[in-house]
Amino acid sequence: MRYLPHTEQDRKDMLDAIGAKTVEDLYCDVPQKALLQAPVDLPLAVGEMEVERTFSAMAAKNLSPSIAPSFLGAGAYRHHVPATVDYMVQRGEFLTAYTPYQPEVSQGTLQYLFEFQTQVALLTGMEVANASMYDGATATAEAVLMAARATRRNRAVLAGGLHAHYFDVTKTSAHSLNIELVHPDSDPTRPADPASVIDLIDDNTACVVVQSPDMFGRIIDLRPIAEAAHAKGALVVAVTTEIVSLGLLEAPGNLGADIVTAEGQSLGIALSYGGPYVGLFATTSKLVRQMPGRVTGQTQDVEGQRGWVLTLSTREQHIRREKATSNICTNAGLCALAFTIHASLLGEEGLSRLARLNHANACTLADKLAAIDGVELMNDSFFNEFTVKLSQPAEEVVEALAKRGILGGVPLTRLLPDRNDLKNYMLVAVTETNTDADMTALVQALEEILS
Amino acid sequence: MSDQSRDLSQGRTNVPVGGSQAPAQQTISGSKGLDFAEPLIFELGEDGRTGVDLADVKVSDNRLGGLRRKDKVGLPGLSEPQVVRHYTRLSQKNYGIDSGFYPLGSCTMKHNPRVNEKIARLKGLGDLHPMQPTSTAQGALELIDTLAHWIKTLCAMPAVAMSPAAGAHGELCGMMAIKAALEDRGEADVRKRVLVPESAHGTNPATAAACGFSVDSIPATERGRVDFAAFKAKLGPDVAGIMLTNPNTCGLFENEVIEIADAIHDAGGYFYCDGANFNAIVGRVRPGDLGIDCMHLNLHKTFSTPHGGGGPGAGPVVLSEALAPFAPLPYIVHGKDGFDLVEHKADSDAKPFGRLKGYHGQMGVFIRALAFMMSHGADGLRQASSDAVLNANYLRAELQDQMSVSFDGMCMHEVLFDDHFLKDTGVTTLDFAKAMIDEGFHPMTMYFPLVVHGALLMEPTESEAKETLDLYIKTLRGLNARAQSGDAQFFKNAPVLTPRRRLDETAAARKPVLRWSPDAN
Repeated sequence: MRYLPHTEQDRKDMLDAIGAKTVEDLYCDVPQKALLQAPVDLPLAVGEMEVERTFSAMAAKNLSPSIAPSFLGAGAYRHHVPATVDYMVQRGEFLTAYTPYQPEVSQGTLQYLFEFQTQVALLTGMEVANASMYDGATATAEAVLMAARATRRNRAVLAGGLHAHYFDVTKTSAHSLNIELVHPDSDPTRPADPASVIDLIDDNTACVVVQSPDMFGRIIDLRPIAEAAHAKGALVVAVTTEIVSLGLLEAPGNLGADIVTAEGQSLGIALSYGGPYVGLFATTSKLVRQMPGRVTGQTQDVEGQRGWVLTLSTREQHIRREKATSNICTNAGLCALAFTIHASLLGEEGLSRLARLNHANACTLADKLAAIDGVELMNDSFFNEFTVKLSQPAEEVVEALAKRGILGGVPLTRLLPDRNDLKNYMLVAVTETNTDADMTALVQALEEILS
Repeated sequence: MSDQSRDLSQGRTNVPVGGSQAPAQQTISGSKGLDFAEPLIFELGEDGRTGVDLADVKVSDNRLGGLRRKDKVGLPGLSEPQVVRHYTRLSQKNYGIDSGFYPLGSCTMKHNPRVNEKIARLKGLGDLHPMQPTSTAQGALELIDTLAHWIKTLCAMPAVAMSPAAGAHGELCGMMAIKAALEDRGEADVRKRVLVPESAHGTNPATAAACGFSVDSIPATERGRVDFAAFKAKLGPDVAGIMLTNPNTCGLFENEVIEIADAIHDAGGYFYCDGANFNAIVGRVRPGDLGIDCMHLNLHKTFSTPHGGGGPGAGPVVLSEALAPFAPLPYIVHGKDGFDLVEHKADSDAKPFGRLKGYHGQMGVFIRALAFMMSHGADGLRQASSDAVLNANYLRAELQDQMSVSFDGMCMHEVLFDDHFLKDTGVTTLDFAKAMIDEGFHPMTMYFPLVVHGALLMEPTESEAKETLDLYIKTLRGLNARAQSGDAQFFKNAPVLTPRRRLDETAAARKPVLRWSPDAN
């Protein structure tokens, strides 16, 4: 077996040194009846070539968004990832290291995490950020728990435009800790109304969670909601599922957010059928000791040289155990590195251009689609994703598009299955990767299907 | 960028290194040969530079809801070669499995095969969108289903929840399933107490608390196992279950595990097994045969997916018949037209407790883990776990005359020492570990588990050749001789050959600097 270095002679010599006759002697503490005498019923070892063949066959059964014109979003976006990113994250010193418990031999990881934290803080307009969470949905759930801890209140208002998965994950966590969630119905058919959220804030509200651009693509002004929340002593959690939008849109930190959570997949990270991604989590200095997750801090070594360490660990499970701010341990380090390298390549100008390209392409496609009989554009505002109402059920249209080799959009009922009233609505995302030919293909196919 | 931040040697003062090493040569640049002084990207950038070529299109404000960004983000501009060099240099300040022996106990730092990286990036896998119609992702669902089959077979368990993103997330999944089962029985308000051995990972009590349970600690015996009598005495009608790591964090198999399972079940509770140490028993012991109700697998440990400087991981959770109905969303079913994905509560007997993360799980990690499993096969996996246990016992056998093994007898895939052997030397576990760094080894896990004093927990994994282990043994024996000879200062100074020497963690926590900012630096 190519991964196992021992020869039979090595094994024999080592058993001799241990004073054991056979490997079974090493398992002497296992109850005899539970010790297997033969391999389990699974295929036997194969070479590298056979493994590649098996996976290639499975890959071939999927419709690849790299080949098909793709307009899928709903919280995961296809962006061009510069080759540099994927090359750098595969350097073994990054790839095969673990959590930087030994800072003297982990300065590479620690420094990029410090850069990551800084980039996230800058993008979101917040003072501090942690070293990553699993994804945007879990980061949002953690934000609600953090707000409940910080305010000693147990009620959260989640705006209707919050991504359905983010809501569901938050609901699952909140249930365990008896935090009440208030969630007005999602309604993409009318412009977002801040009153739908503001009216629900009371004196026991720990936080208000507002996503922008929201699940339907609408850009939400956080300011009136933040003002109302702060007046009642509640925190504001701002969520974004498309971090590239912050290259063009105002940072939530400048609009009154106390905590910002986001999905970072758009920068540097492969779509990979939904994971692994990277959750971004930023907040104010005042709240930092309530923050979940690992965080890197700057310090000096004994020679006075600048360096980095994991810090504020008294919040964390390995020190505080059942009193920790979260149970998170392993996070998304390598995805954070990919994010950081992509953001470093973009820089100020690159990010701005990328965001503008996304928005420009989205404007172009929105206009083209709105001109089709049987398609109605629902959004007044959007970044790179918008909702359309179709003259036919969206799930059927999406399947018909797939048969034509086009990944056309996400039916809203896939996210909100109980909302039969939304069965004709579809989310359409457009990024810099979509060509004019992609858009023409979608428009022509929709014209045929809806005629 | 300020003038000060343009100084590339910033943060580097060439003070001669201490200890018995020769003074380092002063350099003008701050770099020392291959040990480069590397500033933060924020100190390297220049407005007007970029590492990507994208069109400069103009957009109107009409559709931006009046919320167009007014100020700059503040990101530095770097060219592609600058970015490549910067991150290459950072990588060189890191220790990975590729660099050397990494016996970090309870983390299973085994070789990460590169073919798995290649496969994870195949078109049709790495680029699949989670929301594309399932009719266009049958191969992806087949892959997840195949991995689930391998996991269930290796564990002899009827069901597996695939979506948890890491071990601790898997713990959350398991404990939430237990809570849901108790709710279903109408006993959730009564059964609020979870028993957790004092040797447990910190994530166990943190998870129990995150699920609204109280934590009751079980003591260990002198043999490093759960004190069965103390455990039995704690059982009662208010107990929800036990969270037990097996093999445990002392590197030992809980030989009374079946009795523990029977007792917790008789008391009406559930058995959560922490599978962090599954690498010792893959293909040799099936957790289902031990009477567990749920257990997470760390795919990034046992099944070799890269640890990546702290993630990503994946933590699928196997479930018994009793807990299977409560598995979280989404899950895969075999439909009439192939595989289907159940993303919402369906009209069936299933009672999912909710959703744990966005989309369907850590697909990129699944791909690598399944490739690892298939490469090994049933025979290779069994051989791998045996070799891991063999390696740990070899370290134990070759070091026990010099270092204090905490518990007698055979160990599993990791071996636990305590600091008794350093008594009266003035050298601590931390000092000893730092001296190992200068010798080119990554230290073991230190000061965990908490049940022994000054713990040193070594996990060699099956990836290490006998020659590597022999050099490690020789090195540790030599370091111990030096400690016993009274040269404590040598250890206090260590490490001296690293990019940075010991860092001031107290100062970092007292006055946290958690980001670069233009004014402060």
